[in-house]
Amino acid sequence: MNVGAVEMLESRQDFIATKGKQKNQIKCDADSIAGCVSQRACVYCGARVVLNPVTDAIHLVHGPIGCASYTWDIRGSLSSGSELYRNSFCTDLKEQDVIFGGGKKLTAAIDELVAKYSPSLLFVYSTCIVGVIGDDLDAICKSATSRHGVEVLPVQSSGFIGNKAAGYRAACDTLLQLIEPTKQIWSKKAGSINYLGDFNLAGEAWIIEEYLREIGIELNVVFTGDSTYAKIKTAPQASLNIMQCAGSMNYLATKMEELYEIPYIRVSFLGLEDTADSLRRIAAALDNVSAAAKAELLISREIAKTKPVIDWYRGKFAGKKAAIYVGGGFKAISLIKQFREIGVEVVMVGTQTGRQEEYDTINELVDEGTVILDDANPAELERFMVSKGANLLVGGVKERPLAYKLGIAFIDHNHDRKHPLSGYVGAINFAEEVYSTLCSPVWNSIRKGDD
Amino acid sequence: MMENEMKSCRNVNENPCNMCMPMGGIIALKGIAGSMVVLHGSQGCSTYMRRHIAEHFNEPVDVGSSSLNEKGTIYGGAKNLEQALDNVRRVYNPHVIGILTTCLAETIGEDVERFADEYKQKNGLQDFPLVTAPTPGYGQSHDEGYWFTAKRILVCLTETAPKHDRLNIVIPHISPADIREIKRILGLMNIEYTLFPDISDTLDRPHERPYTKMTSNGTALADIKTMSGAAATIQMGVTVEDSFSPGKYLKDTFGVPLYRVPLPIGMAGTDQFMETLQEITGQPMPASLAQERGRLLDGMIDSHKYNFQGRGMIFGEPELVYSITKTCLENGLHPVVAATGSRNARLGELLQPSIADGGEKIHILSETDFCHIKNYGEEAGANIAIGHSGGRYLEERAGIPLVRVGFPIHDRVGGQRLLSVGYTGTMLLLDRITNTLLENKHKSYRKKMFEQFYQAAN
Repeated sequence: MNVGAVEMLESRQDFIATKGKQKNQIKCDADSIAGCVSQRACVYCGARVVLNPVTDAIHLVHGPIGCASYTWDIRGSLSSGSELYRNSFCTDLKEQDVIFGGGKKLTAAIDELVAKYSPSLLFVYSTCIVGVIGDDLDAICKSATSRHGVEVLPVQSSGFIGNKAAGYRAACDTLLQLIEPTKQIWSKKAGSINYLGDFNLAGEAWIIEEYLREIGIELNVVFTGDSTYAKIKTAPQASLNIMQCAGSMNYLATKMEELYEIPYIRVSFLGLEDTADSLRRIAAALDNVSAAAKAELLISREIAKTKPVIDWYRGKFAGKKAAIYVGGGFKAISLIKQFREIGVEVVMVGTQTGRQEEYDTINELVDEGTVILDDANPAELERFMVSKGANLLVGGVKERPLAYKLGIAFIDHNHDRKHPLSGYVGAINFAEEVYSTLCSPVWNSIRKGDD
Repeated sequence: MMENEMKSCRNVNENPCNMCMPMGGIIALKGIAGSMVVLHGSQGCSTYMRRHIAEHFNEPVDVGSSSLNEKGTIYGGAKNLEQALDNVRRVYNPHVIGILTTCLAETIGEDVERFADEYKQKNGLQDFPLVTAPTPGYGQSHDEGYWFTAKRILVCLTETAPKHDRLNIVIPHISPADIREIKRILGLMNIEYTLFPDISDTLDRPHERPYTKMTSNGTALADIKTMSGAAATIQMGVTVEDSFSPGKYLKDTFGVPLYRVPLPIGMAGTDQFMETLQEITGQPMPASLAQERGRLLDGMIDSHKYNFQGRGMIFGEPELVYSITKTCLENGLHPVVAATGSRNARLGELLQPSIADGGEKIHILSETDFCHIKNYGEEAGANIAIGHSGGRYLEERAGIPLVRVGFPIHDRVGGQRLLSVGYTGTMLLLDRITNTLLENKHKSYRKKMFEQFYQAAN
């Protein structure tokens, strides 16, 4: 196989490692290198994905139309109530605004939106130009808050101030502002938990909520899947935070521990092993014996239902190899474990914004020879998928056509997916999706011409 | 007649109908053989636009970025841009690079034209084709971005050339299937041409093994160089402002005669294109095309009563909106709203005679959003929407079925394969529209009649 044809850039070499070959740690959490065709989006994107599932908020983009256009209702977060978050609101800044400042327009926009929708909450996202022309978002939002008696919160997400991970932090800062008790001091509700880092894609948070209800644990608020203004406000009363997507929520969890004395544990509901393990650890962390017992019942019941299905699929996947390229480290780690459950070998793992500790975990989990890469680009994905003989790629919308062009199966692990991958139902969906693409007859037609 | 007054929010765009300028620039540059694009700005712009394009075409869309960070924003982005060009050249080995600016680069005052000259000097690349186009996102919409970048490609690459017999065919952003159909028609007429810009293969590639990152298809650089010597330019773009018009540039700079025609959609629209071809070449319409025309006529008659029930909301890029609105009119489907998110005065002027023809009012909206499109459409009793997949909002919120055409189409497959031009394409488009009306009628008429006549009487 002529993989040498794909040119590699020296400046990228520190970001790529092969397990067993190098001692050095992989470089990560750095700015993308110009011209490398990074798959990362921007600060605004990071902030928007985290906050977007807050259903009864107005999400107002202060900036040019593109930022709003490319993020209009592209996420699969579901709501049990308001659909307000599915609209795209934008101040649609034009040249005049860039020259003379966009503050007036923003103020007027907030006034109009409050009059039209009477929302309880407005998020105002800053974009690149706003960061340069220097509209005072803080002051404008503050003044609007006191004028309308509605919380208007700035999100400092100018695109150039960092990468997508900086956007997660900006979103968490805004959430912290929102949580901060004003008058009411929350008394703790024993045994009640917050769930951080689930965006209720295709109802995933609902699946977990049901599991917890069954074992007698009350879910207080989810950050941020199907959350609302009122629910988020109650966050300080929880006695435990469980955190799934650590890339986006680690900062919030740490701050909540510091400010509201809510300890947190890591969980993952992707795959059979992680789901069972997480339920057990939640019960243990709450010191809830009854929950622990009920969890065992739930786990054995679900395993009895699910395991035979998974095993059937497992039999179909013998000898197959997978490549992973996803946004954050948590997802990559869970996927490695999930592939193990269905008997698929992982030969390449990469993330857009994984953190050092996550890469360490990845390195521990994978087999010798697996390629690990941070902030990869299409050329690198192509090179390693081909050279490692991957039969399947897990990724997002941008990666899908590349996999298909290479004749490689594809699993959608993006935020716009329409089927849940969490819990036991998600584990079956995952195996089914792998089967639907890995074992599809279309590949026979494609390979027909091969020698 | 232009109705810019906003019904509810004047300072808010609520559910956008358009995209930003560099988006159009990328599409135009993707139509040039061996091209690679670099966006000068922060990383997110290129990623968002790649995602948006990839989801429509289901093709890998590689676009570089100068990945400006805080430092570059404060001290200038030349270093980042230089690195971006170096890296893109090494990995992709492109034959031409287009540099498009973004909001950020324009706001901090980057001079990419000067940069490009210096870069060429420094690297001994005097003859390397670099195209620069200032396309700030806050400037205009993706539609102007497309036309302006197309013009910039000619400004940067076209040279004085000896006269030749080929025709320049300058097209708006249409589907790869549409482009292939236009080429088929030109082939049937035995016409030699340079079609510009040509994404028909670059953004709709056959499955090939092994996969290559670059394709040799797209408008050839050699052909772009000599568009100056063409017998004439046919520009399918009547809504394009002169300052953005590639055809106008070729006429003013090199004296190439310019024929501005609308997209060949609809009977009259396609006739106009065919007549223009006949006028320029002196050749008659081939018999096979005359037959296609006859079949379209036959189909129009077959469907006319169904179409008469339609009250359409048409939205998207101005050129497409113009042609589809005219097609609706010639089939008795009344367009209640013709709307574009772009700021375009010509669309209104061009549709004016159709309005003056009598009959019912058409709301022509420029620089508008879906909130307004929905309000006007619902008020006027619209029962069909025609445009890109942003219109799913109309389907979901107002129960108005959507016929998908244009860009982007994100919630269905095959946007790149939608054929709507020429006599045959018009027939297919019209069938999609008529069948949507029929489907809706069949779904609801039993219940409607029952409620109206049985329940009311009992």
